[in-house]
Amino acid sequence: MNITEKNSVVVRFSGDSGDGMQLAGNIFSTVSATVGNSISTFPDYPADIRAPQGSLTGVSGFQVHIGATQVYTPGDLCDVLVAMNAAALKTQYRYAKSDATIIIDTDSFGPKDLEKAQFQTEDYLGEMGIDPDRVIACPLTTMVKNCLADSGMDVKSINKCRNMFALGLVCWLFDRDLEVAFNYLKEKFAKKPAIAEANIKVVQAGYDYGHNTHSSATNVYRIETKNKVPGRYMDITGNKATAYGFIAAAEKAGLKLFLGSYPITPATDVLHELSKHKSLGVTTVQCEDEISGCASSVGAAFAGALAVTSTSGPGMCLKSEAMNLAVIMELPLVILDVQRGGPATGLPTKSEQTDLLQALFGRNGESPMPVLAATSPTDCFEAAYEASKIALEHMTPVILLTDAYVANGSGAFRLPNLAEYPAINPPYVPEELKGEWTPYMRKENGTRYWAVPGRQGFEHILGGLEKDDKTGAISTNPENHDLMTRKRANKVANIPVPELEVLGDKDDAELLIVGFGGTYGHLRAAMEEMRAQGKKVAMTHFRYINPLPANTAEVMKKYPKVVVAEQNMGQLAGWLRMKVDGFCPEQYNEVKGQPFKVVELVGAFNNILNK
Amino acid sequence: MATYTAQDYKKGQPRWCPGCGDHFFLASLHKAMAEIGVAPQDIAVISGIGCSSRLPHYMATYGMNTIHGRAAAIATGCKVANSKLTVWQVSGDGDGLAIGGNHFIHANRRNIDLNMILLNNRIYGLTKGQYSPTSPRGFVSKSSPYGTVEDPFRPAELCFGARGHFFARAVATDAPGTVEILKAAYNHKGASVCEIMQDCVIFNHGTHDGIYDKTGRAKNAIYVKHGQPLVFGENNEFGLVQEGFGLKIVEIGKDGVTIEDILVHDAKCQDNTLQLKLALMGDGDGFPIALGVIRDVEAPTYNDAVEAQIEEVKAQKKYHTFAELLETNDIWEVK
Repeated sequence: MNITEKNSVVVRFSGDSGDGMQLAGNIFSTVSATVGNSISTFPDYPADIRAPQGSLTGVSGFQVHIGATQVYTPGDLCDVLVAMNAAALKTQYRYAKSDATIIIDTDSFGPKDLEKAQFQTEDYLGEMGIDPDRVIACPLTTMVKNCLADSGMDVKSINKCRNMFALGLVCWLFDRDLEVAFNYLKEKFAKKPAIAEANIKVVQAGYDYGHNTHSSATNVYRIETKNKVPGRYMDITGNKATAYGFIAAAEKAGLKLFLGSYPITPATDVLHELSKHKSLGVTTVQCEDEISGCASSVGAAFAGALAVTSTSGPGMCLKSEAMNLAVIMELPLVILDVQRGGPATGLPTKSEQTDLLQALFGRNGESPMPVLAATSPTDCFEAAYEASKIALEHMTPVILLTDAYVANGSGAFRLPNLAEYPAINPPYVPEELKGEWTPYMRKENGTRYWAVPGRQGFEHILGGLEKDDKTGAISTNPENHDLMTRKRANKVANIPVPELEVLGDKDDAELLIVGFGGTYGHLRAAMEEMRAQGKKVAMTHFRYINPLPANTAEVMKKYPKVVVAEQNMGQLAGWLRMKVDGFCPEQYNEVKGQPFKVVELVGAFNNILNK
Repeated sequence: MATYTAQDYKKGQPRWCPGCGDHFFLASLHKAMAEIGVAPQDIAVISGIGCSSRLPHYMATYGMNTIHGRAAAIATGCKVANSKLTVWQVSGDGDGLAIGGNHFIHANRRNIDLNMILLNNRIYGLTKGQYSPTSPRGFVSKSSPYGTVEDPFRPAELCFGARGHFFARAVATDAPGTVEILKAAYNHKGASVCEIMQDCVIFNHGTHDGIYDKTGRAKNAIYVKHGQPLVFGENNEFGLVQEGFGLKIVEIGKDGVTIEDILVHDAKCQDNTLQLKLALMGDGDGFPIALGVIRDVEAPTYNDAVEAQIEEVKAQKKYHTFAELLETNDIWEVK
C-alpha cells in the first residue's frame, strides 16, 4: 500500500440532504481530531428542508480540513470528494482540486438519477471532464444492502446507513483508527443498539472494501500530528460554543440565564442548545415574535437575570427599538446576531458580514452600543463570555456578531476551566447608598448602579423617556439631555478592550491585511501563504468593533499599504475611515454567501502589493 | 407581615389632564395594593407608551415605562425571570390592543401570571385624538374625519379568543368596583385582564357616559358576582335568563318570574360561552354592561410550569454546573 504523508487534506462529503452527509462528516472530523489533527469544518446545506430527492437543489455538503499543524479554514478546494449521487457530483465537483480523488456510489448514477442531475449522456465523468483513474467508483448501495441483508432491517433503514460506508472508505483512505468512530456511533445510538451495530458494521465494510480492493485508488494519506496542544477536547460548532459561553458567564456571575428568542436561521441552534440545559437553570422563552424576544429579555434584565436574545439580521431589525430601550435604561443585555445573507430574507443559510453597520448605527437617536465579532467557531465561546461580562459590568446592551459560517462550522475546542476565567462583577448598588441613591447615579467609570427588584429602599422607575441625571425623573431639559447623551456615549467609549495584535511581519510589512469576525481563518491562511511566497505581509483582526482598540489608528497608519477585506461592501473600512483621520485603505469586498477562498485572497492581495 | 396604606405606594404628582379617568384608576390601584399588602419592593409595574402608561411614575414600587406596545412582552420576561415579583402591566387601548395586540394575546395564551390592566378610553390621547382599535365603527376623529370604516375589538372577545382565564371590568370612577376586580386579578394565578372603562376629557369626553356615574350604572350596568343571581336595575328588579342560544332580560315578579328563575353567575365555569355573552352585553343591544369579575378560572401558569420543568430536569439530569455540562460531550485527549 502506498502511503503518502501530507501536511493537510480537505475532504468534502456530499449527497442528497437526506443522505446523512453532516453526520458522516462530523464523525470523520472527530476521528481526526482525536489523533490530534487540527480540524476546521464547514457544513453547506440547502435552504429547502427536503428538496426533491436527487435534485440539484437538494444537495448537502460537509467540508472538513484536517492538518498536521494548525489549519485556519475548512479549505478552498477538496482533495477528496464523496458524491453520493449524480446531483452531488454535478454540483460539488467545482469544490474539488484538479487532482482530487472522487468517491461515487455508482448505484445512484442510473438513467433517472442522471436525468434529475441534468446530465446529457450516460458518460457523466466525460461530461464533467473527470479522469476515471481518479475515481473510486463503487456500487455502494448494493454493498450496504448485502452487508445488512441478515439484519432484518427494512430497505429504508438500510439505505440510511449508506453514509457510513462512505465514512468507512474515507477512514481507510486516511488510515484512521475506526475505534473512535465506533464509540461515537455507540454513544449516538445508545438507545437503539441495533442501529448502532448496523452502522458500525457498514463503517467496517466500507473500510474493508477500500483495503481489499486497494480500489484502483491512488493513495492512502497519512496526516501526522505536529505542534499538539495537550488537553481534553471536544468538537464544537460556533452556535453551540456561543450557547456555552452564555452559560459559563451566567454561572460565573451567579445569575440566572434568560434567553428570549424567536426561531430564525442560522441562529436557531442557540435556542435549541440553551433549551436543553434546564438542569443548569437556563430559562428559554420561545416568543411570539422577534420584538418580544428582545422585549422579554429587557424585562428579564430588569428583574436581575443575564438576559440574552438571539437572532439573525432580519430579526435584529425588529428588535432594534427594544434594544434602544436597554440603551436608555442602561440595562445589561446581549443581542446575538448570527449574520446571514441580506437584505430582507436574502440568503438565509448563507454567510455574510453585512450587519456591521446595522449593529453600530441601526437605531434611532444617539445609541452607543458595544459590538464584538467572534473570529472562529471556538472563539464564539470566548466572545459570548466577554459580551456577557461587558453587558453586566457596564450596564449596557452589547451586540455579539457571529455569522452563518462560524455558527455552523466547528473546531476542536479545548475544554475551558471556568475557574481561570475573569470574574464577572455587576455594579450592584451598595446598601449604604440607601436614601441617597437615584437610578442614574454612576460609578467612577460612568456605569450606573444596578438595583434589582426585591431590595427595599431602592424602588425606582426606569423607562424609554429621557431621565434627569440627578433625580432619575422624566426630564426634557435640553442641558440634561445633552449631558445624558454624552454620559451614555462615554460609558461605552471607556469600556476597556485589548489592543490590536499584529501578526506576521509586524515591523516591516509592505501590506497590512485587516478584517473582523469570521474571516480570521481565511485572512490568516492568506497571510501565511503570501509570507511563504516571500512577501512582507502582516495582518490584524478586529474582535472589538465598538469601542475600537486604543491602538487602532497607530496600527492602521503604520504600514505603506492596508487592505480591509470583508464580506460586505466595505462596512468595516467605512467605520475605520470614520474613526481614523485620513485613513484611506484598499478594499477587498465579496458578498457571495460563501467563505472567502484563500487562493483568491492571495491573488487580490498580491495585486495590491504590486500596484 | 408588614401592613401598608395607600400612601406607601404613592409617588409624585400625576400630570394627567384634570378629570382624566387615569386619576381615578390610580387612586384605586394604590388602595387595592394596600389591601393586597405585597411590599412595594416586591412589585413591578410595567407600562408601554400612552397617557395611561405614565402610571408607573406615580408608584413607589419598582417599574418601567417602556416603549409603545411592548409592555406585556417586557412584563413576561420580568415575571418569568423573577417569579417572586408581583407584576402589574398597564396599557391603554392603543398600546395594548393595536401595536401591542400580539403580545396581549400571547400573554393570555401562555397564561403568564400578570395582572394586565387595559385602560380603555377608545381614543389615542397622547397623540391628540386619533381613533383606536376600540373606537366604534363610524367614529369621527382627527384621523377619521368622515368616520371610521372598521369594527372595533371587543377586549373580552380577544381575551377569550386567546384562551384567557380571567376577565373583569370596572368603571374608573367606581372605586369600590375597581378595587374589587384588582384584588381578584391579584388573587388569580395567571394572566388576569382588567378592562377599565375611562373617560378622556379632551378627545373622547362622554364615551362611557351611560355608566360613568352611579345613577347611570344603576340603570345601564349589571354587577356580576360569582354564585349570585344576575340581577340589575335600580331595585334589582331585572334579571337575566337563558333563552335558546342567548340571554334574555326578564322582570322579576312579572309573568310569574321569580328570583329562582334567574341565571346564577359562574365565573369559575371552564366553558366560557355564557361568560362571553355577559362580557359582550351592552353594545347598543338593550342589555346592561357587565361589571365585576366575569371569568376567573384556574389553570396552570406559564411561569410555574417553567420552574417546575427546571426542577424536574434538574432531578433527572446528572449535570448541574458548566464543568459537568462539558463532560456530557464526546471528549478526546491530546497528550
